[in-house]
Amino acid sequence: MTVKYTEDHEWVSVEGDTAIVGITSYAAEQLGDVVFVELPEEGRNSNKGDELAVVESVKAASDVYAPVSGIVKEANSELEGAPETVNQDPEGKGWFVKMLITDPTQLDAMMDADAYKAFCADL
Amino acid sequence: MRYLPLTQEDRADMLSVIGANSVDDFYTDVPESARLPGTVPGLPDHQGELAVERYLTKLANKNVTASESAFFVGCGAYKHHVPASVDMVIQRSEFLTTYTPYQPEIAQGTLQTLFEFQTQVAEITAMDVANASMYDGATSCAEAAVMACRATRRKKVVLSGGLHPHYAASTKLLCEAQGIEVVQLPAAIDGELELAGAVDDATACVIGQSPNVFGTITDMTPVADAAHEKKALFVSVFTEAVSLGLVKPPGEMGADIAVGEGQSIGNSLNFGGPYVGLFAATQKLVRQMPGRLCGETTDAEGKRGFVLTLSTREQHIRRDKATSNICTNSGLCALAFTAHMTLLGGKGLRDLAVLNHEAACDLADALEAVDGVEIITPRFFNEFAFRVPMNAADALQGLLDRDVVGGVRASRLYPHEDELSNVIVCAATECTTPEDIAAYASALKEILS
Amino acid sequence: MSMNSQGRPSTPVATGSQHDTETVSGSKGLYQFEPLIFETDRWGKTGVDLPKAKGTKSRLGGVERAGKAELPGLSEPETVRHYVRLSQRNYAIDLGLFPLGSCTMKHNPRLNEKMARLPGFADIHPMQPQASVQGALELIDELATWLKTLTGMPAVAMSPKAGAHGELCGMLAIRQALISRGEADTRKRVLVPASAHGTNPATAAQCGFIVDEISADKRGRVDMEDLRAKLEKTDDVAGIMLTNPNTCGLFETDIKDIADLIHEAGGYFYCDGANFNAIVGRVRPGDLGIDAMHINLHKTFSTPHGGGGPGSGPTVLSEALAPFAPVPFILKDEDGFRLVEEAEEEAKESFGRMASFHGQMGMFVRALSYMLSHGADGLKQVAEDAVLNANYIQAKLKTVMTPAFDGFCMHEALFSDKFTAEGIETIDIAKALIDEGYHPMTMYFPLVVHGAMLIEPTETESKAELDRFCGALESVARRAAQGDDTLKGAPYLAPMKRLDETQAARKPVLKWVPPAPEQLAAE
Ligand SMILES: Cc1ncc(COP(=O)(O)O)c(C=O)c1O
Repeated sequence: MTVKYTEDHEWVSVEGDTAIVGITSYAAEQLGDVVFVELPEEGRNSNKGDELAVVESVKAASDVYAPVSGIVKEANSELEGAPETVNQDPEGKGWFVKMLITDPTQLDAMMDADAYKAFCADL
Repeated sequence: MRYLPLTQEDRADMLSVIGANSVDDFYTDVPESARLPGTVPGLPDHQGELAVERYLTKLANKNVTASESAFFVGCGAYKHHVPASVDMVIQRSEFLTTYTPYQPEIAQGTLQTLFEFQTQVAEITAMDVANASMYDGATSCAEAAVMACRATRRKKVVLSGGLHPHYAASTKLLCEAQGIEVVQLPAAIDGELELAGAVDDATACVIGQSPNVFGTITDMTPVADAAHEKKALFVSVFTEAVSLGLVKPPGEMGADIAVGEGQSIGNSLNFGGPYVGLFAATQKLVRQMPGRLCGETTDAEGKRGFVLTLSTREQHIRRDKATSNICTNSGLCALAFTAHMTLLGGKGLRDLAVLNHEAACDLADALEAVDGVEIITPRFFNEFAFRVPMNAADALQGLLDRDVVGGVRASRLYPHEDELSNVIVCAATECTTPEDIAAYASALKEILS
Repeated sequence: MSMNSQGRPSTPVATGSQHDTETVSGSKGLYQFEPLIFETDRWGKTGVDLPKAKGTKSRLGGVERAGKAELPGLSEPETVRHYVRLSQRNYAIDLGLFPLGSCTMKHNPRLNEKMARLPGFADIHPMQPQASVQGALELIDELATWLKTLTGMPAVAMSPKAGAHGELCGMLAIRQALISRGEADTRKRVLVPASAHGTNPATAAQCGFIVDEISADKRGRVDMEDLRAKLEKTDDVAGIMLTNPNTCGLFETDIKDIADLIHEAGGYFYCDGANFNAIVGRVRPGDLGIDAMHINLHKTFSTPHGGGGPGSGPTVLSEALAPFAPVPFILKDEDGFRLVEEAEEEAKESFGRMASFHGQMGMFVRALSYMLSHGADGLKQVAEDAVLNANYIQAKLKTVMTPAFDGFCMHEALFSDKFTAEGIETIDIAKALIDEGYHPMTMYFPLVVHGAMLIEPTETESKAELDRFCGALESVARRAAQGDDTLKGAPYLAPMKRLDETQAARKPVLKWVPPAPEQLAAE
């Protein structure tokens, strides 16, 4: 299992042809208290860079983009009743969607954990 | 100037604190050619309170008011009695002269009344949730249509033939600007159920009205069923909020969105505005709603309080992706509405509705007895349409000459429907007296004989 | 993901508040506890006396309500108390300075209220015969004349119901003009500065346009270089939406060039007139090359804000856009005034209808009463005093707070949060002002200034009141600069402590619901 990161603060954990997508701890902290997550319906076909989800705090709504192209297999329904999970465990239980990856080569250009850490330190 | 507290000495002192020579220094960014040398030409100078009052009173006196004549005009605004205490409440400085409750610690007055307003509107429409008001009925209707398109990701809406033409026009305008197809069914006195046959897989919503613009009331449950069958939404419209005390409300007919005009409760006629748009929906759709929402919460000490909430739907946060561009709404008119509803209660609303209905029945009986009059609204609440054997405009002028403001000619709303040229739409309310009704009937008899 | 960089705390922190005496009633001296109307024992009752219905007639045809509307009905004394008590939890312009930038909270003259309540204006119906409302039509026509003269514009649409609705009117007129040129499908891009009020991009989007953001320069004005770059491609440009004076409280120095550039590109100039109060009577927007502008009668022309509305947003239009104005509008001929209600014949190019009826008559009466009272001379003085008051505040506070931009301001003074110590935010200053007896300034707007504090005193404040306000704000600002942590718990003295907005948004409770039966039994 490899975890990759984007400059837009999404993380992607890949196992076989499935990617689990969420937002990073850094992003969750910056957003403050998450109050709502709007998730895509299963079966939605997204291209890399498409709006995949919306994560809302009280005073801001931020779009989450698809870090890779693929088909949504499952959305994390836990978040519906407990959006605070995104703050409590952003890179674990607070995942957003599972996607069937259609173009694994897109992962190559993404950052690994160390690179992402360095990227955030510069912000 | 009585509204400006600064004196000449104040101004001089302040300029020296600022380090400016004159106020002209503040306007140096204005392009030279746009700086006026003096005051704006073509306008008079200031006047005292007495002079302004005299002048405006003279203008006011040129109008015939609803209270000084036998008055039967409806079609989207209704003459009702407003209790004296309602106007007193909305003239309280703390309600009248405050802003949107963005600082909840010092706006609990406004916020609690909004929470009560939302609860009352949800209850009388039999819907799950209501917002803190829109501009008026027509703009609520237009917003409902685009909201339905957003929620269903479809781009077609169907309007009934009984939807108030002004609501239809406002809805068409907003939809077409957004590339939404609008299908308008032909004008019909009793055609709301035809919506059921007009839904297809591309339809985002169907919009029907009860009581409709001709006063016809309809149980639109079959319309809701047909819409839901195709995964479309049903928007239920009303222009007479008092009807909700007696007539089947949107929520009992399966409406997904209920919109309408709230003027009838607590608000004067005001020649068309300001009024208060009511907007309610099912729980499922709450995050697609336009406008402000007030919600319950607690403060740092655990005390119950209220705040504006789910603001990420709105323009000040979501900007070009907001559910609507609305900012200022109809706050004070909503306060008048909720204060009047608080006096009425559910029981008072029903009693008031019954009185309205009876007045309209009495009116219908009296007019039906006039030779040549044909009532064409099959089922109604407090408003109905009838035919006269002459041009409706001439009939109304004849009535006006006899101090009866008899209603609205249908041709004012439908200038191209020739078969409506002899139709008058009239309304009666609790303000209508037996003498008014008798005057109407006898004047009409004279005109038609 | 895209992130908004100006998040702010929305969950209150626990604070050691001062000792508070609890009472059995929940009231405290003059502060009366007031429950929701639903928590009274007035269910099934009513507070109005209606004549008894005969109960003999029905033409409902069975289309009746099945379930009753269950709502309490309070007697008049209870009702009056309910609202008077609640009113005492509100701050208001009648209580003190209300420095909410961009909102123009000025005194609302009571003459206006009296005039709007004359039966000849309040008790007339929008659909009654036009011959019976000639005075009302004349009033609207006269107000229109004032608005056209003050703005130097040839036409005005009176039906828009608030500022944002006026924006919609202007942008729909632009859309209609493009349709008539056959370019509506290609010209889709509308330039909007990053500093714009949220209604601008929301309106553009509502009309089917695509928002293209332009940045601000170091002086808080439109970045002309960015604008020129955005206008390199011209055939897709519909227009620009620009606030002037802008939301930083500054006059757009290059406004005429901006107008020329946008016109050369084939687009139109929408001006957001929310800040007209700074220039009314001194500068006519028509002399600046604009095509459309809404005027918030509830700002510049003193109609009350009413806790969120109603407003009124008449929209002036240039020769180029005037033919597309919405219906209804008023024409005068030998028979007097009449309404043109359909988009045909003399209104055949009109884009259509925006609202139920003819506009916010109640607000029109108030606004005309205000204009007649001030006259051309008084209105000029209004603008000058508003600008003088704002500059006075800026001058008095510029050494303790950080002005967002150099130089004089117009009618509002804008500060950033640069002067605050680590950990203290704009919201803390705002809430501490509440303890000092003032409504906070506009905070976190415009978005182009970090931790923005936008202060608009208006012309109806005396020098003494400005001095008191500056004294209070100065002391709070000093505490913020020193990192005084107690600010984080403010307000301490308001009817409520900070409210938990996170909880409200996570688990929305949007109406009163009866308590569950077991809870009732336990009580
Ligand atoms: C700059 C600006 N533009 C537009 C608006 C919108 O006006 P309204 O609230 O009347 O719709 C406002 C005020 O709220 C504003 O401050």
